[in-house]
Amino acid sequence: MAAISREEVAHLARLARIEMTDAELDHLASEMDLILESVSRVQGVAGEDIPPTSHAIAMHNVMRPDVVVPSLTPEESLSGAPAREENRFKVPQILGEE
Amino acid sequence: MALNYDQALEKYEPTLGLEVHVELNTASKMFCGCATDFGALPNTQTCPVCLGLPGSLPVVNAKAIESSIRIGLALNCSIAPFSRFARKNYFYPDMPKNFQTSQYDEPICINGYLDVTIDTDEGLKVYRVDIERVHMEEDTGKSLHVGGATGRIHGAEHSLLDYNRAGIPLVEIVTRIIPGTDKYAPEVARAYVAELRDILRSLGVSDVKMEQGSLRCDANVSIAPRDSQTLGTRSETKNVNSLRSVERAVRGEIIRQANRLEAGERIIQETRHFQEESGETRSGRSKEQAEDYRYFPEPDLLPIVADPAWIEELRLALPEKPSVHRKKIQEAWGVPDKEMAAMVNAELLTTVEETVALGAEPTKARSWWLGEISRLANEKSVEPTSLIQPSEVAQIIALIASGELTDKLARQVVEGVINGEGDPRMVIEKRGLKVVSDDSALMVAIEAAIASQPETAERIRGGNIPAAGALIGAVMKATGGQADAAKVRELLLKHLGQG
Amino acid sequence: MSTPIISQTAAQMSAELVAGSVTAVELTNAHLDRIAAVDGDVHAFLHIDREGALAQANAVDASRKAGEKLHPLAGVPLALKDVLAQKGVPTTCGSKMLEGWRPPYDATVVTNLKKAGVVILGKTNMDEFAMGSSTENSAYGPTRNPWDLSRIPGGSGGGSSAALASFEAPLAIGTDTGGSIRQPAAVTGTVGVKPTYGAVSRYGLVAFSSSLDQAGPCARTVLDTAMLHEVIAGYDPKDSTSINAPVGKMVEAAKKLDIKGMKIGVVKELGGEGYQSGVTIRFNEALEALVSAGAEIVEVSAPSFEYALAAYYLIAPSEASSNLARFDSMRYGIRVGDDGSRSAEAVMNMTREVGFGKEVKRRIILGTYALSSGYYDAYYGSAQKIRTLIKRDYDAAFVKVDVLVSPTCPTTAFKIGEKSNDPVAMYLNDVCTIPVNLAGIGSMSLPCGLAPEDGLPVGFQIMSPAMKDELMYQVGGTLEAALQSSWGKPLYASAPELAVK
Ligand SMILES: [Zn+2]
Repeated sequence: MAAISREEVAHLARLARIEMTDAELDHLASEMDLILESVSRVQGVAGEDIPPTSHAIAMHNVMRPDVVVPSLTPEESLSGAPAREENRFKVPQILGEE
Repeated sequence: MALNYDQALEKYEPTLGLEVHVELNTASKMFCGCATDFGALPNTQTCPVCLGLPGSLPVVNAKAIESSIRIGLALNCSIAPFSRFARKNYFYPDMPKNFQTSQYDEPICINGYLDVTIDTDEGLKVYRVDIERVHMEEDTGKSLHVGGATGRIHGAEHSLLDYNRAGIPLVEIVTRIIPGTDKYAPEVARAYVAELRDILRSLGVSDVKMEQGSLRCDANVSIAPRDSQTLGTRSETKNVNSLRSVERAVRGEIIRQANRLEAGERIIQETRHFQEESGETRSGRSKEQAEDYRYFPEPDLLPIVADPAWIEELRLALPEKPSVHRKKIQEAWGVPDKEMAAMVNAELLTTVEETVALGAEPTKARSWWLGEISRLANEKSVEPTSLIQPSEVAQIIALIASGELTDKLARQVVEGVINGEGDPRMVIEKRGLKVVSDDSALMVAIEAAIASQPETAERIRGGNIPAAGALIGAVMKATGGQADAAKVRELLLKHLGQG
Repeated sequence: MSTPIISQTAAQMSAELVAGSVTAVELTNAHLDRIAAVDGDVHAFLHIDREGALAQANAVDASRKAGEKLHPLAGVPLALKDVLAQKGVPTTCGSKMLEGWRPPYDATVVTNLKKAGVVILGKTNMDEFAMGSSTENSAYGPTRNPWDLSRIPGGSGGGSSAALASFEAPLAIGTDTGGSIRQPAAVTGTVGVKPTYGAVSRYGLVAFSSSLDQAGPCARTVLDTAMLHEVIAGYDPKDSTSINAPVGKMVEAAKKLDIKGMKIGVVKELGGEGYQSGVTIRFNEALEALVSAGAEIVEVSAPSFEYALAAYYLIAPSEASSNLARFDSMRYGIRVGDDGSRSAEAVMNMTREVGFGKEVKRRIILGTYALSSGYYDAYYGSAQKIRTLIKRDYDAAFVKVDVLVSPTCPTTAFKIGEKSNDPVAMYLNDVCTIPVNLAGIGSMSLPCGLAPEDGLPVGFQIMSPAMKDELMYQVGGTLEAALQSSWGKPLYASAPELAVK
């Protein structure tokens, strides 16, 4: 049995905001199946008592003082914008709501 | 026929939960050194970090951590010995990285409470609101929708993004379900937000301006039939930007939900937006299909391990709680409960305190702010504090005390200050409102009045004291109301041999 | 016969610059000429910053003339992997998504290089967003291995390693998430170091997997690598994970040439069956050289390493799925499908469809899956626990030995196209390099000879405990000297001549 269905891959693509053709979804679903088969060996290896490691070099409380440093100029901030209007980033109409 | 609030409450029991977002007033942003000034020109307070440029990395603002811990302490929370940031993954154009750096299962403060007092049919009653968590996160940018209908999102042709607000530190304070509020749910909601705001203000951690969005409240409301054992489906109302709106939004939502259930419809789990004009809520995004935020620990930031000694230090340095402070003030001024509640409810305690601090007598300060000034503010639909300064009110009260103004004249001075005619002295000057207290000037007017009404003067000389009213009235008229009536009476009677 | 300047080591170039026998401008021009002559075939560079490089070189020459005290590497050219932001210079990460993007800021690594007067020649090719082991996943075409143009130069940093092996630059910067510095070094006969996580700032390094990514120095010799290491390493308050401690003395360690009494552990799990015979032969010869130099070889076992690859291919894609979410066409990069009628959401979907290549999409989907509710514990959570086990294996090993060694990769360079349709086989390339990233420790790859069966370079990996990067330089420097004296010349000098245009 496949570990992951084509519909699941389509759902993941939606979550990841990537449009995909049917052919791409089919192909990816079969590849994902193989990959998942090989990575699922991580399951059950470490017991309950093993803590997860999110940072290999353990440190904590790294902070900066609340001091203002110069920002970019708006010109610099907007330098990569695909479109702009005055000093704002111009984007297509946003459908969702806040 | 639609149910009103009381009818809705007869059949259904409401359940309330509140999420409050507070923008901290740090000088720099949560994860970068950009300034946080309100109202700056678009994208002038942005850098690689808060624009989410490829390669940029966050570094936590120490002051934001400290403020969050102080908020937790003031809300009687436990400070987590180990907490950290997590990424909340979802796409939205005003969020530069398409994930929000937030806290998930390891928030910085947990399990607190806040007591609020409201006026019920049975007198003042205290409700304990349990706080589930206090966590840190970052604000989003702002979008402006251009073209289409009146700036609303639907129908907009394109949107314009300003990231000045992106990355401003936010603290989210989440209550548990507040049990037993019953019909007082709207009042409890309002009192909670008001009390929370006062605490935050006393801590000095935020501007707490609801109208500017530095304090935002989301109200989670559900209702269930009175005989039901389970909770109803909840809605989350956003866009509630004043204390009054908090109360109205909760009330409106209870009525709406009750009427839906009456009509045989079900409640949809969704975000709703409060409409200031109608007092109703409008449907927003449906949350039926739960978002999958794929939280995971933020690898670019390290855990926060709060040192107990530091927490103790912060705890000891906390300011007096607003509730304790209020009690002290009430005792010192000798204010009855009801009036104290009225002053707190009108948001004028701090203002009255400031006025008193400038030398005004507490009773006078209270009656000016809650009386004449509130009345004028109400007429103009503005806040009393936007009309006149405590220093000006204190000055006017001082002028009355010294006899330079009468109450009647003082009202004109207040009006002048509000009209922008300058400070009280300038208004007095310009309008010529000085009390006529010069005896010789008054004597001229008194003699003129006697001369014009000799019969009345005779009656007074004969001992008919009440007849003096007519002459006093004439003198007051002649002096344009600027004379002190008591003084006029004294001089007149003396002059006619009755003093 | 004097060697042409471009074939010299960075240390030699530095000496010539100091002696005044060559200027920084001459040295830069010599390399720019070499790039013009051979890069048509090799395709190591995505962008050549001729003007910027010459301006930097000029400034160095002027400072030298004025008698200012300069860094030893001032005026020495360098190739920069295109995953690091350089102000005003195109930075694409090998992706179509960032075509034309010029960052408004410098990565801290770039700031440090500029401060030292290192001349940045341009940006080198890479697998898109550093995802790959062959540089075939670049949106701008593959880079070819200078030892055999039909083969891959390793990846993701194939551009940087190929630039070194083809004498287009004596120094290069790479980044290593699962082996992207070391594996390219191994298959091109060059040296590459992944420092301890946090030793080199990640600020300005476009993130692939934040908890694994680490920039590091690449060169043709251990000493050159050490010199570059000292330039780019150091505490950076802009990177929360940066280590706040002084940088160790890497150059001194590389020059020690003494490993008497050191204990060197051979990791049992990283070798043997499945490894190309020539790789095993050269690896064993290197061990003998270490013994001759006075080290003691000990076999150690790291039982959790067999799960490292699986854990890596969950952690890295998970973090990547989040890190790459920002590429949505709103603020920078390309935008596709904005015809005035489509919504922002639709334009994002279309841009990400067109802007990302196959491998990147594959990993984003895999990472999205591993983090999604209901699967988190089974995948991401389990992988993070494997990390703990791997760390413990290293900790236990480093109690017994000073450094650990293994082949850098199981095979020599494979043919372009050979594995591109088999992602799982491709992932196996990184089996020896990945455990290091999961544990955050430092590691070096240096050449240990040519495999007899194909005449291609074999890489030798040295792993040192966290924050003890000096140890790998000490062992690497000694091994390099021993091997070169047995070969009679450095390995890179045996590379076939490239056709010059
Ligand atoms: Zn910023």
